[in-house]
Amino acid sequence: MARFLTKHLLFLLLTLLVVSLLVFTLNEFTPGAVARKILGAYATQEQVDHLTKQMGLDRPVLVRYVDYVRAAATGDLGYSTRFKLPVKDVLFKHLANTALLAAIAFACIVPLSMLLGITAGMREASRLDRAILMFSTVVASIPEFALGVFLASVFVVWLGWLPGTATLMAGGGWSVASQFVLPVAVIVLFDAGYVVSMIRASMVEVMQRPYIRTAVLKGMPFRRVIVRHALRNAMLTPITVIMLQINYLVAGVVVVETVFAYPGFGRMMLEATLFKDIALIEAGALVAVFLAVLTNILGDLAYIVLDPRIRV
Amino acid sequence: MTDASVLDVEGLRVTYATRAGEVLVLPGLDFQLRAGEALGLVGESGCGKSTVALSIMRYLGRNGRIAGGRILFEGRDLVTLDDAALRAIRGRRIAMVYQDPMASLNPVMTVGRQLMEVPMIHEGADAAAARARALAMLGEVKLADAEAVMERYPHQLSGGQQQRIVIAMALIAGPALLIMDEPTTGLDVTVEAAVLDLVRELRQRHRSAILFISHNLGSVVRVCDRVGVMYRGELVEDGSVRQIFGNPRHPYTRGLLDCLPTLGRDKRDSPLVPIAGQVEPAHVRRAGCGFAGRCAHVEAGRCTVRPIPASVVDGEPGHRVACLRAEELEHWTRRRGAAAAAHDAAPAAEPVITVHHLTKVYEPRRRRRRFGAPRPSVRALADVDLAASRRHTLAIVGESGCGKSTLAKVLSGIEVATQGGVTLDGVEVGALPIDARTAVLKRKLQMVFQSPDSTLNPSHTVGYAIGRALRLLQGRAPDDLAGAIAKLLEVVRLPPGIAARKPRHLSGGEKQRVAIARALAGDPDVIVADEPVSALDVSVQAAVVNLLTEIQAARGATLIFISHDLAVVRYLADHVAVMYLGTVAEAGPVERIFAPPYHPYTEALLSAVPVPDPEHDVARILLEGPVPSANEMPRGCPFATRCPRRVGAICDDTPPPVQRPAAGHRIACHIPADELQRLQAPLVEPAPAGR
Repeated sequence: MARFLTKHLLFLLLTLLVVSLLVFTLNEFTPGAVARKILGAYATQEQVDHLTKQMGLDRPVLVRYVDYVRAAATGDLGYSTRFKLPVKDVLFKHLANTALLAAIAFACIVPLSMLLGITAGMREASRLDRAILMFSTVVASIPEFALGVFLASVFVVWLGWLPGTATLMAGGGWSVASQFVLPVAVIVLFDAGYVVSMIRASMVEVMQRPYIRTAVLKGMPFRRVIVRHALRNAMLTPITVIMLQINYLVAGVVVVETVFAYPGFGRMMLEATLFKDIALIEAGALVAVFLAVLTNILGDLAYIVLDPRIRV
Repeated sequence: MTDASVLDVEGLRVTYATRAGEVLVLPGLDFQLRAGEALGLVGESGCGKSTVALSIMRYLGRNGRIAGGRILFEGRDLVTLDDAALRAIRGRRIAMVYQDPMASLNPVMTVGRQLMEVPMIHEGADAAAARARALAMLGEVKLADAEAVMERYPHQLSGGQQQRIVIAMALIAGPALLIMDEPTTGLDVTVEAAVLDLVRELRQRHRSAILFISHNLGSVVRVCDRVGVMYRGELVEDGSVRQIFGNPRHPYTRGLLDCLPTLGRDKRDSPLVPIAGQVEPAHVRRAGCGFAGRCAHVEAGRCTVRPIPASVVDGEPGHRVACLRAEELEHWTRRRGAAAAAHDAAPAAEPVITVHHLTKVYEPRRRRRRFGAPRPSVRALADVDLAASRRHTLAIVGESGCGKSTLAKVLSGIEVATQGGVTLDGVEVGALPIDARTAVLKRKLQMVFQSPDSTLNPSHTVGYAIGRALRLLQGRAPDDLAGAIAKLLEVVRLPPGIAARKPRHLSGGEKQRVAIARALAGDPDVIVADEPVSALDVSVQAAVVNLLTEIQAARGATLIFISHDLAVVRYLADHVAVMYLGTVAEAGPVERIFAPPYHPYTEALLSAVPVPDPEHDVARILLEGPVPSANEMPRGCPFATRCPRRVGAICDDTPPPVQRPAAGHRIACHIPADELQRLQAPLVEPAPAGR
């Protein structure tokens, strides 16, 4: 186990280094000088030259990259030109907001998908199975923004039960808690649809296995067969996919955050890109990659815990 | 046995819903099973044996339906029971043992927990009591170190151990009826023998009635008192083991026995007689006898008019047969081989293919799998020497893991030799992977694999598959193929029309014929066949084995036949090599291998073969001790850890010398050959003279 962890954590570190180098150089080679990107189209050439010198941008890329890594190691990720704050402060504030949203959504998605997926898959082609399959296919195929706009028009415009934005500020008469309802609903519906169909497919396959027959013919009640024998086997395949949802929930909810004006990581990255806020893009990209690799490791670990046939 | 019947099946009709409509699988089955009695159900695949088992368990799946009849178990009709009543019977009064024990056990639960569940469900036992029961049961099925076994997961046990667990799980509640569905299919022959002996022993102790389903007539003889022969969902004949095997009355029963290779049969004097035709699909049902379409004794207008009632055979109470002509057929006699050793004089032709000092070591590949510690290197073959002559058949036998398939891979170039080599027609090919072999070399050696399902591409037609081999191996132009394809199909006795069909429309036997036709496309000098008939039913197996023999004789090809089935090997081979843990334990002409002196391993293998003859009673030699894993080869004799004739420390420390008791016969053993000869009794029935 220790071997497995060391190996994968080293791999994580290496990935981060490679990605940071890629992002760093990519920003260099895209059209336009870095200083020009920072200052914008209306700055004079003099100002650009000045900033270039001031930032040390006239030095070779590799030298600057080493400087960047050294600074980053001490916690200094640079300065955000868009938010006029150190990157560190901007990044972690938005990341925390997104983490909260993701955590709530994840806490809904996993039990909901397991319940629906297992119920549907335990009796293939039953009426319940067809209903759940239909529901999950429909919600998973509606784009997030359409789902968001639809829910907002029903619950905000028509019924007036919920706020249309989630700025996390208590003004406007809506509590912060109520602001979470719609964004979470959109994410959960969209994502659970996919996870449900994964779990259902796995469950259908497990129910046809001979060991389920063995359990039934032992005289075990059906419910107990499902809980004791089918559940864990049915979760083997989807567990890695479920862990990957964390990655999507943190780094991939740009649309939902934008629709509901939620001050999260996705929207921050969008703004940073639009404003060519290079230091923030670089740091954000690193966070996204870190999460991607980390959730993969988590997925593998969960798989190892569930399946005794795999030992490391 | 005068006890009341435990199970009484009356007019059982079962249908399956298919795309072609409802198909009647069991048209009306009647049989009884008395307390403590063991009934074997035999027949080829698709004849409804497993449907009988699953009907009794009321586990037919969504498509199956019991359309009529009664299944009386201890006086209650199982067909009409509700879920709760069924649950109380399943696992407690009726238990089941399945084929493929690995798949029947939950992979993510320790076997101990799976055992403990049964008393916990049925008797409300607490964990401690259930655990004690499970431990006691593990002792009964003779699993050593029961405490440790309880904590293992199924994948940590061997196939034989897994099946013992399943048997323990079935018997733990003391059921009145035990249903065993092909319980030893897929197990090695020595493991099979041990499991069958265990069943026999437990039967006496527990007094459970047994319904034993098998396609292997030999294992039925070992376990059962009575036998029922099924064909297309009907019981065509049933009676005591002695009655059925001594005086079979139904043409189908006779057909099954005639097409079965046994240890005494040889291709030269007792050819196998396959049953004509093939099992008709279940949705075709004609009036009269279901077997009429394949029967040599059919009388139109008599057999094909109305259903055939079962009648009791004269002078044999309890022996029923469903055949109108049963009394008219002449008496059946068991086919036996003629005097052995008559073929010793066969001229020793020069070898076409020789294997010399071949060693194959699998090095652990880095990052071979995503998880898992690096594996030690595995020596699959160690210093193997073999030769096969032109027109001869060399059979390679041994249990799983003995290296026989690795040998086939090296011969065909899928793997390359680590040391030593293979000479094919004077060319050294041991180090040549298949891509490095010239077209001529590829043409000279072709393979036939075990499972035709996975070697024929499902999206290509038969004609395309054979045509492609013709193009690649003979360089034929695409427009010049049709005639050659038809000719090859004729050689393997398939109609030319089959060329346009895809593999999924063919039966198992037809697919294997196509695979053989494809191997023949290059007109090979050597055909390497890796378990080509093990997945086939006996009658189909007989036809394919005969086909291989004929083709070999007609073309003068050399056949290297890899098999775990000693009876088929006895029948087909000219020379035999017995392999154990990557080494050749014994090799020589077939008559020498199947007569003393035997290598102790050959002796154990032969004694383990289930023989479909109730008169044949040989003391089995049970192999104790663990098989050493292939990465820690013993210094001395590889068989020393399990050898019943082990002489002492010399076996563990010194590699055995190769003795040559007769021309071409070699045995790797420390015991002198003449002493082995003196110690060993012949295990193969001696052929009666004058036949």
